[in-house]
Amino acid sequence: MSGPLLSLRQVTKRFPGVLANDRVDFDAYGGEIHALLGENGAGKSTLMKVAYGYYPKDGGEVWLDGRELDLKSPADARRAGIGMVFQSFTLIPAFTAAENIALYLPHLDLMPNVEVIEKEIRDRAVAFGLEVDPRAVVGMMAAGQQQKVEILKLLLAGARVLIFDEPTSVLPPHEIENLFAVFRRLKQAGFAVVFITHKLHEVLECADRITVMRRGAVTGSISGREATEDALLKMMFGGGAVEARRAQPPVAAEPAPALNLEELSSGGAGLPLREINLEVRRGEIVGVAGVSGNGQRELGDVVLGLLPITAGRKWLFGEDVTGWSVARLRQAGVAYVAENPGYMAVAPGLTLAENFAVTSPRAYQLAGGLRVDWARVSADMRRAYGALEIEAPDPGLRAGALSGGNLQRFSLARELGRKPRVIVAVYPTRGLDARTANHAENLLLAARSEGAAVLLMSQDLDELFSLSDRLVVLRSGRIVGRSRPQETTQIEVGRLMTGGG
Amino acid sequence: MAQAAAVFRAPWAGGYRRLPPFVRETLRWIGWLAVALGLYTLLLLAYGRDPVQAYSDILSSTLGSTYGISEVLVKMIPIVLCALAVAIPARVGLVNVGAEGQLFVGALGATWATLAFPSLPGWILLPLSAASGFVAAGAWAGVCGLLRARGWLNEVFSTMLLNYLAVLVVDYLIFGPWRDPTSSNYPQSRLFPAAGWLPTLAGTRVTVFLFVAVACVAAFALVIAYTRWGLEIRAIGGNPEAARRNGVSITRYLVILMIIGGGLAGLAGMGEVAGLHHRLNPGVSSYYGYTGFLVSWLAGHRAALIPVMAFVMAVLASGGDILQITQGLPYAAVTLLMALILFVVLAARARKGAKSQ
Repeated sequence: MSGPLLSLRQVTKRFPGVLANDRVDFDAYGGEIHALLGENGAGKSTLMKVAYGYYPKDGGEVWLDGRELDLKSPADARRAGIGMVFQSFTLIPAFTAAENIALYLPHLDLMPNVEVIEKEIRDRAVAFGLEVDPRAVVGMMAAGQQQKVEILKLLLAGARVLIFDEPTSVLPPHEIENLFAVFRRLKQAGFAVVFITHKLHEVLECADRITVMRRGAVTGSISGREATEDALLKMMFGGGAVEARRAQPPVAAEPAPALNLEELSSGGAGLPLREINLEVRRGEIVGVAGVSGNGQRELGDVVLGLLPITAGRKWLFGEDVTGWSVARLRQAGVAYVAENPGYMAVAPGLTLAENFAVTSPRAYQLAGGLRVDWARVSADMRRAYGALEIEAPDPGLRAGALSGGNLQRFSLARELGRKPRVIVAVYPTRGLDARTANHAENLLLAARSEGAAVLLMSQDLDELFSLSDRLVVLRSGRIVGRSRPQETTQIEVGRLMTGGG
Repeated sequence: MAQAAAVFRAPWAGGYRRLPPFVRETLRWIGWLAVALGLYTLLLLAYGRDPVQAYSDILSSTLGSTYGISEVLVKMIPIVLCALAVAIPARVGLVNVGAEGQLFVGALGATWATLAFPSLPGWILLPLSAASGFVAAGAWAGVCGLLRARGWLNEVFSTMLLNYLAVLVVDYLIFGPWRDPTSSNYPQSRLFPAAGWLPTLAGTRVTVFLFVAVACVAAFALVIAYTRWGLEIRAIGGNPEAARRNGVSITRYLVILMIIGGGLAGLAGMGEVAGLHHRLNPGVSSYYGYTGFLVSWLAGHRAALIPVMAFVMAVLASGGDILQITQGLPYAAVTLLMALILFVVLAARARKGAKSQ
């Protein structure tokens, strides 16, 4: 093999208060699928964004094919032949696939010849398994299709190094396999494919080479054939092995449901729910499987009292709570663990104490609301963290200063620390690194053992199968399947999710 | 490469960075203000006026004498109240462009109460008149809050359009049913009874509303910083999506804060009719509602900065009157300067926001 196509040498990147990359070396060869593995916040995305010219580096060099690049912007990187697909796509929804791709071409004519571009798209699409209709409007496409458009964009612009930031996080399970097939074809054509991930099984499945990062530095690089799960875990977490996924401890559920949705339909923004019948008992986790965007978030919002209920009833411990406000439901013991807590659960500009108090501000008010008992808030926050056996951060810290994982820990401490009776968890581990996700799962299990009723939405079938006592499958706002994890298979559930068979 | 750049950096660059943050912040603000004044100087020159003379006219006429200072305070009172009318709803993300109209409606409410109960003693009549102005303008603005909370109509449009309606309603009343029969030339209401006049301070035109304005600013600051309501308001302002899921009733705050904001602008209107004009006339506001909007945005809707920015704007507003006399410039000339300052400051803040992302 000749020299590396993309070579990063001693790359250093600092953010205020954080050394994101500390003199990192990284080589990607043509004809190779290279996985960049690490926990959240290990510095993987940052490193690749430096290589793509998205972040200016504070030190080090970026070489492409034996030539040093002076990257001032992503445009420089694209011109040199480096392309990157971000986690959130950078497509214009109102444009067609061809228009989006044309927009990205380095030398676009003043009067672009659409047919030539469309033909090129079709040629590439056939060659690499990226079938998309060039004339389809991107906004109408599913995430998997949009991802294909992103890849085509890079290919037509002449990229030789293709970087993917968490490419599988937006895909339903069955499409991940297709993506890996595309990777393999790209590799055979001599491209260097770099993909960032924190999922071990993906890495083991398709990477030729695996580089592991931890706390801003590379901890090792091994070939895909030599790699084992244990070896990678060791490199990711520094020796202390992550505990294995636990067996299902049986908890006797009470017969009367804690939460009961009866022929419930919802209105408001988003996908309407239709005739949902769902019971969650005390001491039970009910998992909701489904491809993202099939009503999971709406189901969570309906239980929390955010979305209007147009038909049917909602019962909480035998009481009709159909019209109750969020505040009232929360007071009655409903907790909500959100995905993306920075957006859904906390105000980043407020302190942790303030964010902690705001879910039940009346409980902390003094003199009829004129003052807030901050000492008690801080004490309760420490106690909540203590109950979950996590070390509490300073309550005076701004929430925005916490990383994604720590913010989710805060959200879990706030929601679970008050011993809720019903817990709605919407993608609680999405975007978290393996260890934090594991911790969050354990906390949900612990809450269940203490008698909470848990409604868990997740995209990760492993997670649903290992945590849930019962499973329902949600598709287009309806429940299309019910079973117990031990009585079904992931393939069966996946089939229901996608509407096949 | 990076090291070479460090060597050839301007000599003062390092010194500036070593300054404490608040000094840098202040210097930056002075710098931006200088940019606005510089642009305005060019305009004055293009107009064939002497900019030095113009600036010194503004300063000497406003801050050069006790009378000048007192006149600045006279203008500051309605400007501060109107700035609060904008800032309070702004803390939950509402853009109240309607302080001007709310001021007119407040003046109308106050006038109605005063003329309807002319024989009441001052200690009852004045609070009644103030309450009437507050309630009228609060209800007026509250409608916009309600429309927004229901998701029917954005408050930017409703508050702005209601400005025109408010002025027209006042015009209708003083040209028609409320017209003072004794003054045939001017469209204005009857003169208020003496009991309906706000007391003034020591021979100036500054009324006791100075203390009301100060108290309102202080109350705003304290409520936001210390109370449960302040916590909920900051939570909504900080992240409405999270606040909703945390059980904070956003719709309630949208309506209530709009009512309070409108009420305070109405109070400004009451202060003008009861303190200065002693009757309702078309000149009850010198664009105070719009100036208050400017002040609130300049202050970033923060209580502590509102009086500071209101002072600057009151100086300019008073100076504008002087420029008309000494330099023969239209009042619009000073509006232009205010607009330039707002533009430069907002641009600077947007730049800072973009940087910190």
